[in-house]
Amino acid sequence: MRSIARHPLLRRLVETVLTLFGVAVLVFTTLRAIPGDEITATLGTEAAGLSAEQQESLRAYYGLDKPLVLQFFSWLGNVLTGNLGFSRRAGATVGEMTANALPVTMELAVLATIVGLLIGVPLAMLSASRPNGVRDGFGQLVGLAALSVPNFLLGAALLTVISRYAHYNPNAQGFAHFTQDPLLNLQQMLFPALILGFGLAAPIMRTARSALLEVQTQDFVRTARGKGVAPWRLRVRHVLHNALNPIVTMTGIQFGYLLGGAVVVEQIFSVPGLGRQVLAGIQQKEYAVVQSTVLVIATTFVVVNLLTDLLYRVIDPRVRAA
Amino acid sequence: MTAAVAGQQVPVAAPPARAAAWRRLLRSPAGLVGALLVALVVAAAGTALLGLTPYDPIAQHPQARLQPPSAQYWFGTDQFGRDVFSRSLAGVGNSLRVAVVAVFLSALVGTTAGICAGFYGGRVRGPVLAVTNVLFAFPPLLLALTLATTFTRNWLTIAIAIAIVYVPIFVRVSRGPVLSLRETDFIKAARVLGIPTWRILVRHLLPNLAAIVIVQVTLSLSWAVLTEAALSFLGLGSPPPAPSLGSMVFDAKILAGTAWWNLAAPGAVIVVFVVGLNLLGDGLRDALDPRNGRNA
Repeated sequence: MRSIARHPLLRRLVETVLTLFGVAVLVFTTLRAIPGDEITATLGTEAAGLSAEQQESLRAYYGLDKPLVLQFFSWLGNVLTGNLGFSRRAGATVGEMTANALPVTMELAVLATIVGLLIGVPLAMLSASRPNGVRDGFGQLVGLAALSVPNFLLGAALLTVISRYAHYNPNAQGFAHFTQDPLLNLQQMLFPALILGFGLAAPIMRTARSALLEVQTQDFVRTARGKGVAPWRLRVRHVLHNALNPIVTMTGIQFGYLLGGAVVVEQIFSVPGLGRQVLAGIQQKEYAVVQSTVLVIATTFVVVNLLTDLLYRVIDPRVRAA
Repeated sequence: MTAAVAGQQVPVAAPPARAAAWRRLLRSPAGLVGALLVALVVAAAGTALLGLTPYDPIAQHPQARLQPPSAQYWFGTDQFGRDVFSRSLAGVGNSLRVAVVAVFLSALVGTTAGICAGFYGGRVRGPVLAVTNVLFAFPPLLLALTLATTFTRNWLTIAIAIAIVYVPIFVRVSRGPVLSLRETDFIKAARVLGIPTWRILVRHLLPNLAAIVIVQVTLSLSWAVLTEAALSFLGLGSPPPAPSLGSMVFDAKILAGTAWWNLAAPGAVIVVFVVGLNLLGDGLRDALDPRNGRNA
């Protein structure tokens, strides 16, 4: 499949569009499979009181009497023209809700990624500086902890400790967007970002460690050492720089995961991001909200992955038609 | 992989190789500790699934609410006077059941699809890779969450939801090696000898994938345990009163300031379980694939 493509980038774009179409089909069918339809979701138990004709006309109104394929394309057409549906509970269109929630999730994901890189990369360098030594053991132990302690547990524990013993819980107040109150916003983002970042540090650390170990055994590193390059300069400029590729890939994947994976932490710390929007939609049985939000998240995820691919083409000229 | 491919030419050599892998696993500290922790957790889960917990995990004892850990209640009791130790055992039983079924299903479907896509190419490859790409287009937890909403909720449907999320991983893990194995001499020889294709797939390709799939299974189990716990934390797991580690942590959130054992017990159980699986997975990777293991 790889060798066929003449223009890898073009092929990648076409593939992305096809994937997104598949995503739309999956999202549509999954949520269609839930028992009940728009009518029961809107009217609840009162739907049972409707006469057959009333049911029929409502079904016609919502387009539920049309074949599934037609329903799908009319939904897709709506989505593509920016109509993501309407949430009765929130009294807002899903488009507006998403416009509010997406930047919040993005901000959280960026902060968490920064935390993850700040923990993961130095830890990996520490580990790789003395493979199988004490430092390596320490690094791997932290990595294992980050991999094994679920974020909801860490979140619940941290929230208890800080609010009970430190009497500090910025998340108890209403959420402040960065543009409204940057100081409060950053305080509210601090713990969620730390928790997500800690979890993120594990895959980053493991990937970085094996990449560093691989690079540092190569001849050019020995040559550089022989020429008398300072040790720290060797580690950063020579070894780390050449190990960036897998690290960037892993970071990109993990950043994408955060768009949906942050849902637990968003829920614990009442951060009104996309994950929480999905969850609220599920709890209130507003499937239009769920459907559109999941689609938005998946699209963003796919785009992030595409950008990661492009990014490492820029970083590493060796990768061309990969 | 090279070693495994070479070993395949003499099928009789398989048992000793397996024994050596076991020895290597148990000699590495990570592998040994991982195997012990997993054995401990499986024993605990087995106890619960056989109904041998000291107390009924869902029986409420209003006179013994929020008791701290003691000789009578090892991990204390919760706000309804339920024994936290028994509930933790039952929770881990539930986790294990969901994780094992989920990973078994996804390994079965994913590996089969991966082998077929790698071996046949063409018509099989297109659809398999399309489905894989679509499933990969979702952050995993989000997909599990959406799928879990679709089904009527019980432990089996949760397992199926998690299984669907993990199918593409197994497709990817098994397809790659098949692409290169397909071109090896022993497979070509098998084809020339007129051995039926299904037999080549099952007897010649599958054993060569075993190592990589086993490692992936172990690591996937840890992820499945975490996902099940996260789903039940969000209230989308097995419905109450069935004990689940995630929902126990959720319920303990408001209690944790005073009755810390409600948070600590299920939390520690999850961590021990996942640490064990991760160590075992790392140990297995080193033991089964010595070349890859050095720096992984």
